[in-house]
Amino acid sequence: MAVAAASSAGVARERIAYNEEVVRLFTIATIFWGVVGFLVGTFIAFQLAYPWLNLPYEWGVFSRLRPVHTSAVIFAFGGNALLATSLYVVQRTCRAPLFGGPALAYFLFWGYQIFIVLAATGYVMGITQSREYAEPEWYVDLWLTLVWVVYFIIFFGTILRRREPHIYVANWFYLAFIITIAILHIFNNLAVPVSWFGAKSYSLFAGVQDALVQWWYGHNAVGFFLTAGFLGMMYYFVPKQAQRPVYSYRLSIVHFWALIFLYIWAGPHHLHWTALPVWAQILGMTFSVMLWMPSWGGMINGLMTLSGAWDKLRWDPVLRFLVVSVAFYGMSTFEGPLMSVRQVNALSHYTDWTVGHVHSGALGWVAFVTFGALYYLVPRLWKAERLYSIRLVEWHFWIASLGIVLYITSMWVSGIMQGLMWRTYDSLGFLQFSFVETVEAMHPFYVIRALGGVLFTAGALIMVYNLWRTMRREVRAEELLPSQAGALRVVPAE
Amino acid sequence: MAGKVERDEITGVETTGHEWDGIKELNNPLPRWWVLVFYATIAFSVLWWILYPSWPTLKSHTRGLLGYDQRTELAEIMAKVEEERRPWLERIRGAELAAIAADPELLTFAVRGGEVIFKENCAACHGLGGAGQLNYPTLADDDWLWGGTLEDIFYTVSHGIRFYEDEDTRDSTMPAFGADGILESQQIEDVVQYVLTLSGREADPAAAERGREIFLEQCAACHGDNGKGMREVGAPNLTDDIWLYGGEPEQIRAQISKPRHGVMPAWDSRLSEESLKMVTIYVHQLGGGE
Repeated sequence: MAVAAASSAGVARERIAYNEEVVRLFTIATIFWGVVGFLVGTFIAFQLAYPWLNLPYEWGVFSRLRPVHTSAVIFAFGGNALLATSLYVVQRTCRAPLFGGPALAYFLFWGYQIFIVLAATGYVMGITQSREYAEPEWYVDLWLTLVWVVYFIIFFGTILRRREPHIYVANWFYLAFIITIAILHIFNNLAVPVSWFGAKSYSLFAGVQDALVQWWYGHNAVGFFLTAGFLGMMYYFVPKQAQRPVYSYRLSIVHFWALIFLYIWAGPHHLHWTALPVWAQILGMTFSVMLWMPSWGGMINGLMTLSGAWDKLRWDPVLRFLVVSVAFYGMSTFEGPLMSVRQVNALSHYTDWTVGHVHSGALGWVAFVTFGALYYLVPRLWKAERLYSIRLVEWHFWIASLGIVLYITSMWVSGIMQGLMWRTYDSLGFLQFSFVETVEAMHPFYVIRALGGVLFTAGALIMVYNLWRTMRREVRAEELLPSQAGALRVVPAE
Repeated sequence: MAGKVERDEITGVETTGHEWDGIKELNNPLPRWWVLVFYATIAFSVLWWILYPSWPTLKSHTRGLLGYDQRTELAEIMAKVEEERRPWLERIRGAELAAIAADPELLTFAVRGGEVIFKENCAACHGLGGAGQLNYPTLADDDWLWGGTLEDIFYTVSHGIRFYEDEDTRDSTMPAFGADGILESQQIEDVVQYVLTLSGREADPAAAERGREIFLEQCAACHGDNGKGMREVGAPNLTDDIWLYGGEPEQIRAQISKPRHGVMPAWDSRLSEESLKMVTIYVHQLGGGE
């Protein structure tokens, strides 16, 4: 339990016993699961390019490792990052220690890690509901429900005993994320186990209704886990690192409520041109189109917070991670509404374009904003003078950025090519290409994508080294610009 | 910390007076272009709701002014395609295979159509363009197991090989000379040596000579005295360099000892007669048609 000085203009300094120990634990878990998720992702990318890499064991094939990758990056890496930052931010911006004390916080930490391990071991053993991003079976779902309720109690309890008159915008987003994910998780996992001691269960819903519930969940897992939650992160760490006020309070209110209201309707765009009734498809599509500006409200508030501080991008690579993440957020939240239009979706659906879209959000937005937050948090949580090396952050930034560019562009080209090949007819009305030929044509892009993954993972490993040395409170002897040397010091000289 | 409104030095904009952990907020208005584009997307959506089916009602849903329906759209597209193809398919159905091959226009249509069918159904085993692979015969050469005329190919595609759900399927079984104890292992080794000489390869002369006698006694009934095979029973030609199950000595030994018997499905239960004809024509013109 750390005791930190909370200063606020006009108020006498007081000492609040913030719980930083649990934030440190979640931070380590974020780093650990991030590396696991990136490594598995890179490996399965190579499996797609070179099928002989499918190991001769049932747990070593693409179909079992793919959910390990998606859950590791979304729920293990992303989830731990959201838990770490939300518990840090809510204490600081409410000037209150965590509700429920250390015991509840430790339960939350270990409970969440147990959820991850239960889910992942199930996947490799072939235990799955076959629902994307909701693969864990009923016993894992029940456990996560309990853990999540504890998370809500800790977070909301801390807000209730805040010592600030208003609730900071980051906490609105975190709270929306916690509540909505709980609702989505419960309804999408309503299932009847086949036996008391068996893993298998059947969904309460059937047919196209089941599909719609799944994509109502799936889309809002993106909307509330990967968007709202990470916007909460953005709203704290961007103004902190830039040391500038948030651009517009009004914009934050309007885009928050618009985003929350509109996102929940957009799920049907995952089921265009299927058995889903066409009215539901069109309703989902229009709500997705209307989501464009509410999403961009967050981007504007993030980017414009830098007005008056743009020069810092030249020498502060931590801020650069945060700002580039907001740019990627803007790009993928434009691409999303575009792809939700039925005519565009007719080309993009089931192709690599979708995979590229998801990764521009996951690598560019979610991972980059998390990297920025980690570089901000670790020296402060471990009481280091500054990051071990600023130069290594630069290296991480450029290697990871190059990796993302290779990943996204190869998937754009491959996806659009794939979609066009599927719909090419010759003059006699016959399909020009068979499915096998499209797979063959995608091979070079699969190789490029996998190399992008290698670069992204390499960047993350550099970060791990840098943060590990920072945790040991070491400082690398390196030449810094005068502005870097002063401004990137974390512990102010008092 | 409520209410102390300040003016930001850099931008000259007022703050809201809130502050959390050192973070303040500026009181900027909503960007005008942002509001306008937001309204535009709402206007687009309302227009779409008027034109297309979109909102549920208690028992049904709104229909939209355009009367659009996904299933009707699909049915119309399919009807159009079928309308365009019907005259072609009728001509193919009514014509003998030889007549199709002799009519350049019909031949072009059949080859294109057959290629699509081949890629979707046959290429998984026989390879793109009939290139073949180990255990699956190449269709682009003139070495045929069961015959390479249009009629032979049509029969094979229709009824399959060793596909016992079809009572007219092509069938033959090579005895398991080793596994069933018909020949001693030394005798099998001698036959291997002899088979190697059939395609002009080096072998132990004494063993090959012993193998020749066994071959004439045990194998020639199907593979022929000269080893050139027999299409009536799908027995392969052993005098060339084309080997269905591999031509290395150990592969030949394995085939004599405990033979593999390839299976091909009968396609007449899955493909229409026109499709069977078109894929026959396609395979026939790959390079080896007779």
